[in-house]
Amino acid sequence: MPSNAQKDALAALYLCMARIRAFENAAEILSQGGVSAYNKTADGSAKVRGPLHLSTGQEGVAAGVCAHLTPRDYLTSTHRGHGHTLAKGADLSRMMCELYGKATGFNGGKGGSMHIADFSVGMLGANGVVAAGLPIAVGAAHAQKLQGRRDITVCFFGDGATNRGPFLEALNWAQVHQLPVLFVCEDNRWSATTASGPMIAGPGASARSESLGIAAHPVDGNDVRAVYEKAAELVQAIRAGQGPRLLHASTYRVKGHVSVDLAAYRDPREVEEALKNDPIQNARRDLLALGSTDAACDQMDQLAQAEVQSAMQAADQAPWPDVSAAYTDIQTTGAGQWF
Amino acid sequence: MVLNTMSYSQAAVLAVQREMEADERVVVMGEDVGRGGIFGQYKGLQQTFGTHRIIDTPISEAAIMGGGVGMALAGMRPVVEMRVVDFALCGMDEIINQAAKNRYMFGGQGRVPLVARMPIGIWDASAAQHSQSLEAWFAHMPGLVVVCPGSVQDNYSLLRAAMQCGDPVVYMEHKTLWGLEGPVDEGVQVPLGKAAVLRPGEHLTMVSWSRQVQVCQTACQQLAALGIQVELIDLRTLWPWDRETVLNSAAKTGHLLVVHEAIQAAGFGAEIAATVAETLGVRVKRLGAPRIPVGYAPVLEAVARVSADQIVAAAQDCLRPVTR
Repeated sequence: MPSNAQKDALAALYLCMARIRAFENAAEILSQGGVSAYNKTADGSAKVRGPLHLSTGQEGVAAGVCAHLTPRDYLTSTHRGHGHTLAKGADLSRMMCELYGKATGFNGGKGGSMHIADFSVGMLGANGVVAAGLPIAVGAAHAQKLQGRRDITVCFFGDGATNRGPFLEALNWAQVHQLPVLFVCEDNRWSATTASGPMIAGPGASARSESLGIAAHPVDGNDVRAVYEKAAELVQAIRAGQGPRLLHASTYRVKGHVSVDLAAYRDPREVEEALKNDPIQNARRDLLALGSTDAACDQMDQLAQAEVQSAMQAADQAPWPDVSAAYTDIQTTGAGQWF
Repeated sequence: MVLNTMSYSQAAVLAVQREMEADERVVVMGEDVGRGGIFGQYKGLQQTFGTHRIIDTPISEAAIMGGGVGMALAGMRPVVEMRVVDFALCGMDEIINQAAKNRYMFGGQGRVPLVARMPIGIWDASAAQHSQSLEAWFAHMPGLVVVCPGSVQDNYSLLRAAMQCGDPVVYMEHKTLWGLEGPVDEGVQVPLGKAAVLRPGEHLTMVSWSRQVQVCQTACQQLAALGIQVELIDLRTLWPWDRETVLNSAAKTGHLLVVHEAIQAAGFGAEIAATVAETLGVRVKRLGAPRIPVGYAPVLEAVARVSADQIVAAAQDCLRPVTR
């Protein structure tokens, strides 16, 4: 690729990551006092309530993978799904409205952060249950195959999910039926407040995948270019009908399990070391090497921040859902019979 | 009207066949379905529709159920087979947290038109893990429709209705009704949520469903010999359940007895009895199994069954004047 094209492609990934980071930073502040957990008490003042799982520091994986997808491709996500959703093309303002619980959010205020989704761009939902997205992804991919589509499904999950049964069931199924699905293990090294390493027997996600015959590819998840290039190769193979693949992206969960978790149980040196490998700073460095400028990068940061500010204003002004919405979109058969 | 005599199992095959002919989005997924299913409820369908529509799966209940959710979201209308309700427990997150919640949780962005078949009931000499009736668990869950067909015609008509309705349906055939023979009129439509009055009576309303209806029929004959005329109602759909039919009958007879094969404590009979008592103030009574696991030995298994004699005694008790 000529360097100008490389620069433009990387700039697009940078902007995608900057938007996710700006969103996460704002949501983090907005959520303080929003949930009773980790020795904190909800005080009723927070605009973003409930458990908020931040993907800060993991933006490279979402951006690098989703750059290869179209709205017809499906994506299933985890409880830490803001980045995946934005990278898949969801509208940032409607996402913020959903975090506020407003009627204008993607789910009309029924889901919040943990169930963020935008079906219109193929984003089939974040999920409150670890590993629950895997079978759903496999089913969606099975449908794509039956329908003769060239579209694929991408399934994000964390290292913790590899210890749950649905991980095995879904990978096995995908391989048996040669389904068009890309499994992306976003290995951020932490399962809630427990380090994943000591909880995972054997060498981990890649080895488990390989044992089923699904080729697994390790990548530095904080090097967005590496993710982009490896994902390109895997997505191409999957679209060509070569069956499932697994991308094992090493990254790091910079924040706690939820936004009010200070993660004091971690060795500060581990965090300090991880912060030196920030995906956005890495991309900026690479952009400069390709002839871009700090000013150009700063401009993208500012653009992202302005978009988030505007989304917060929109969310502030948006109405709450009508209480009658508590009784809608549940089921058609028997609607009205609530007692 | 064309009546064909067939089995409960054949009626299910016919229902799935008709829906698959009418709608190419319909697929079946489950263990052993290619060989017709363990009860013959998919017999011949793979030969007719191919392996891509009658899909054999690994023993992976979570993936079958969760995969069904993903398929439905991607525009298909899957029938997922759990073999028996006892095995559906391995896919509970997928049906309760995923299938049932999807539409609401995501603000109506998607729907999950999925039929999960999971036969209930005591399966002779199959002991504690293969003999449960867990319909009340699912009736408790918003988002789900729960159907328990008790006759051959109903298994044909209700299965078709379930596959057409667009909501996630927990469809609970009975493990020992597969050989039941009866007439089927393909033109008969049975709406979900509509009970059937099987025999009229003026003294007592008896509500039941699934295989227990047959035991109730026997009890009703015994009661008739004693001069007690029972109005027997097959509820057929547990959620949404047909309040109108049950309340109208109980208002007429002034007495209600709900009988089910499932454990009595926290069973769905309690819901019906409470609703009738709250609404009409009439005398109500429940009769279900004791809260014990089902044992293997015939004498133990029998303790977990609700017999016609017990139903007769409960009906007489319900009709006895209240002494304070």
